[in-house]
Amino acid sequence: MQEQHVNIKGIKDGLLVSLSPTEEWLLITNELGTRIDGQSAFFSGARVTVDVGNRPVPKHELSTLKALLERRGMTLWAVLSDSSTTLDAAQALDLRTSTANLIPGREDTDGSEFNPEEGGTPGVMVRRTLRSGRTVHSTGHVIVYGDVNPGAEIIAAGDVIVWGKLRGNVHAGANGDESAVVCALDMTPNQLRIAGHITVSPPGKRRQPRPETATVRDNQIIVEAWQY
Amino acid sequence: MTAKAGARVVTITSGKGGVGKTTTTANLGIALARLGKKVVVMDADIGLRNLDIVMGLENRIVYDLVDVIEGRCQLRQAMIKHKQFPELYLIPAAQTRDKTAISPSDMVSITDKLRPEFDFIIIDCPAGIERGFRNAIAAADEVLIVTNPEVSAVRDADRIIGLLEANNKGPGKLILNRMKGDMVKKGEMLSPDDVTDILSIKLIGIVPEDENVIPASNSGVPVALNENSKAGIAFRNIARRLCGEEVPLMPVQDTSGGFLQRLSRLFGGN
Repeated sequence: MQEQHVNIKGIKDGLLVSLSPTEEWLLITNELGTRIDGQSAFFSGARVTVDVGNRPVPKHELSTLKALLERRGMTLWAVLSDSSTTLDAAQALDLRTSTANLIPGREDTDGSEFNPEEGGTPGVMVRRTLRSGRTVHSTGHVIVYGDVNPGAEIIAAGDVIVWGKLRGNVHAGANGDESAVVCALDMTPNQLRIAGHITVSPPGKRRQPRPETATVRDNQIIVEAWQY
Repeated sequence: MTAKAGARVVTITSGKGGVGKTTTTANLGIALARLGKKVVVMDADIGLRNLDIVMGLENRIVYDLVDVIEGRCQLRQAMIKHKQFPELYLIPAAQTRDKTAISPSDMVSITDKLRPEFDFIIIDCPAGIERGFRNAIAAADEVLIVTNPEVSAVRDADRIIGLLEANNKGPGKLILNRMKGDMVKKGEMLSPDDVTDILSIKLIGIVPEDENVIPASNSGVPVALNENSKAGIAFRNIARRLCGEEVPLMPVQDTSGGFLQRLSRLFGGN
């Protein structure tokens, strides 16, 4: 399988876009544009940190990248690089070049400081029961403190946690993240999707409800009792 | 919601059609009047007028709700006094118009005019979640949601409760209509627990399936006037609960067959 030149993932307060340090710049910026356009609704409004590794990126190339993101309703917020050319260019464009909180391990190479603050990832908290006809969309995770009734729908790029009965439709990892999980205290969704996989609850009455988690394993969705 | 002085405005709604909104409205109107309350029942189902038929007042209609709103008559002229209860009135819907003939603010202004003179204003909401629904809930102080023990009706009721909550009218109270005890026992029908488990709102009454209801509606004498009808008793109990009385819910009974049949089932290990 061909290695991806563009990697996009959600981080605290935005997106981290990692660009291959070796591949042709024009090619990877084009690929980035195509990737964003394919999911424009999800990415719109996002604050982007770009990691270019040790590639030297001159100012004009960086401002082209900035414009490319802005045209799609996103803002270039920070640039991460080991190249001084890139860092100078970023500073000239008034971009941040350090995001210590965002990416543990990348900064603090001397290991002298340990940041005790857990970064976490963003999400939406819904503190009520979602009744039939309600929908929740999120580019992060979705947490419902209440039930998800039949006819309600949750679509999240990340995980879905339901502290209650899950009976509606749920799609976790909607951007294709197969590591996304769905958990509920009573897992009887009408339909459950993780990334590109789909399953339905087995028919018939359930025994005692119990907390369960759903994950993708060997290309299928596995639902199992929550181990604690 | 800030409570206004005078009458309580109660809207009867369901989402799904045919679950018994109009029957419930008529019977609660009658049952409240029997308790000595001053009541107006209002048909908000413009274009599909029914409440007048169920209450036996169809042939007395001269003016309707739309005539009042469009200024062709005084409010009093559109209010039809019930044959038996002098303090029970019906405001009929227009049959020749549609839901857009009235607006939510019209409903608020009409109910505000009625509030000082009455104890209850009961509004019969049309099926659906569109304009007619919004008209019918605009003036409501409280909402009763009618549903049947079947999945589709419960699904629609859930949607309605969500919309009520979004409009600060929720969550409302639930009337479970057309319950058949024998079918619940056999596991063929949702039980009251199954329904409240999904809707998680307060149940104000369970009305059993009763073959007296349809002839009563056809003849314009609602079952709340029938001393022996199980549904009539259930509606009268709901009216008492609306008035703040503590009336225990009737257990869901096996309505099929006589005593012997039930006895044989009891010993048949069913």
